[in-house]
Amino acid sequence: MTTTRSQLPFGRRPLTAHMRWRYGWSAVGVIGSGFCAGLAASLLLLILGYVAIQGVAALNPAFLTHVPRPVGVPGAGVANGIVGTFIVVGIAVALATPVGVFTGIYLALFGRGRFAETVRFLADVLSGIPSIAIGLFAYTLFVQPFRHFSALSASLAFAILMLPLIIRTAEESIARVPTRVREGALALGISTYSSTIHIIVPAARAGIITGLLLAIARVTGETAPLLFTAFGSQFWELNPTNPMAVLALQVFTYAISPYEDWHRQAWAGAFLLIVAVLILNVSARLVLRNRFEA
Amino acid sequence: MPAPYQFPYLVGGAETLARPASEPRPPSKMATDGLNVFYGQFHAIKHVTLSLPDRRVSALIGPSGCGKSTFLRALNRMHDLTPEARVEGSVTLDGTDIYGPGIDPVEVRHRIGMVFQRANPFPKSIFENVVFGPKVHGERRHRELIEICERSLVKAALWDEVKDRLNSSALGLSGGQQQRLCIARQLAVEPEVILMDEPASALDPLATAKIEDLIFALRRDYAVVIVTHSMQQAARVSDLTSFFLLGEMIETGPTAEVFTHPTDRRTEDYITGRFG
Ligand SMILES: Nc1ncnc2c1ncn2[C@@H]1O[C@H](COP(=O)(O)OP(=O)(O)OP(=O)(O)O)[C@@H](O)[C@H]1O
Ligand SMILES: [Mg+2]
Repeated sequence: MTTTRSQLPFGRRPLTAHMRWRYGWSAVGVIGSGFCAGLAASLLLLILGYVAIQGVAALNPAFLTHVPRPVGVPGAGVANGIVGTFIVVGIAVALATPVGVFTGIYLALFGRGRFAETVRFLADVLSGIPSIAIGLFAYTLFVQPFRHFSALSASLAFAILMLPLIIRTAEESIARVPTRVREGALALGISTYSSTIHIIVPAARAGIITGLLLAIARVTGETAPLLFTAFGSQFWELNPTNPMAVLALQVFTYAISPYEDWHRQAWAGAFLLIVAVLILNVSARLVLRNRFEA
Repeated sequence: MPAPYQFPYLVGGAETLARPASEPRPPSKMATDGLNVFYGQFHAIKHVTLSLPDRRVSALIGPSGCGKSTFLRALNRMHDLTPEARVEGSVTLDGTDIYGPGIDPVEVRHRIGMVFQRANPFPKSIFENVVFGPKVHGERRHRELIEICERSLVKAALWDEVKDRLNSSALGLSGGQQQRLCIARQLAVEPEVILMDEPASALDPLATAKIEDLIFALRRDYAVVIVTHSMQQAARVSDLTSFFLLGEMIETGPTAEVFTHPTDRRTEDYITGRFG
């Protein structure tokens, strides 16, 4: 007696040629994309590992606490650059946050019509503009007229770089607050203003903070706009209207120098930058994870 | 002659139903006159004239999409937020047109509160949810806020379940508890009218029973308007029932009468379950 295919229990039937062909391609797809993912991940790990090895070797307490010294003089550090990074980024955050968050609120809650569409479009365009162009803009606006480099002009460039990210994440996280929560506030006889300030924005807080952290991470490693704004400095400088050392800029300067000693410092500085960005990214994730807690 | 219809929903509800007809008709708290609501070109509410009495529960029934929510939202100017919605005709509260010139919609919604189909607590603590309204309306004294919180939660039959966790997140409550919290939140701002849009539709029978008891108790102090899909619920909690169909109000009257002697054939068809 012959058994035809269809009489066998399901699952024991031999595969048709067509199905075998499909499973074959499916396997190729899975293995191929898995290989690419592995390649990308190992490249990233390689970079991180290399910078870590090179960087840690040059790290020492003096590096974190001292200002730069001439080539070959021991005990040189980038403390002024670390502090300068905090100052430049801090002022940028102070400039960009209110503008960005309020723009996001506006777009999410009242953003219908041509004006809002234009703002959205401009934010998208802005996020694609090379940072060096924005640095040039800050230079023209803030350095040239005063004939004086300043940390403030670098903060301006950073603020512009951060704006699109802050705007879009604020808009998205506010738009995600359900309409019925808004309506619930209004039904209590609460004005749109109060409900926005006291209910909507706090409900969207985690998303807004995440956007902010990612924006900070983005500019912390930026170097190009600093070349002709903050300019750099060998000394302690806390006055934002003066040229100032910034870590990313120091890494650049040291890396293109001809000195072995400075190369080692460049690696150490790059390592510090990566650690900072890593911490920012991880905190952004942590903030999002806890977002539904009151 | 057709045989008289049976009303299975009303079994056991007789004593509730006997009440409204015997009482004198209370004065009207809110009234609409020739109310029309449009969504763009779509005419969602057509010339509805209806009186909503004080200290009574008015039920709005009708098949899905007939405009019950649309009508309800016109009563506290919720449509102001929907750009494509347009309201015509008059809605009065104690004789004043709430769409009249110089009327502040925020003030209107302060006096006419609303409970929604799906519970919508704020992502804050239970305490903060209840006292948020009073706080924004200017109550700063902490002792007073604590009292308001307790009073409102007791009224909403939620106090015993949450009194030990007032500072934990409202989002951790069950659906039924969240809905009662939203009612408590409304009571805390002391409105005069409470609008409820299918407040129990997402709840199990036990939670529904609690909400229904609550609605029935609310009629002592408030004018209550409730949208419901449940005929039994309308019969149990309401004094007056209005039947809506395709944007029109077909029939209104004391609940007992609408349910036992509907004057319009379409009302009869709906409550006997022929359609809808
Ligand atoms: N924002 C809107 N824009 C356009 N049309 C709408 C809008 N909201 C409601 N409608 C339409 O208006 C009509 C009435 O809707 P409404 O929500 O008031 O019905 P309902 O009686 O509450 O129904 P249900 O019992 O399903 O809640 C429906 O045909 C609906 O499609
Ligand atoms: Mg509805």
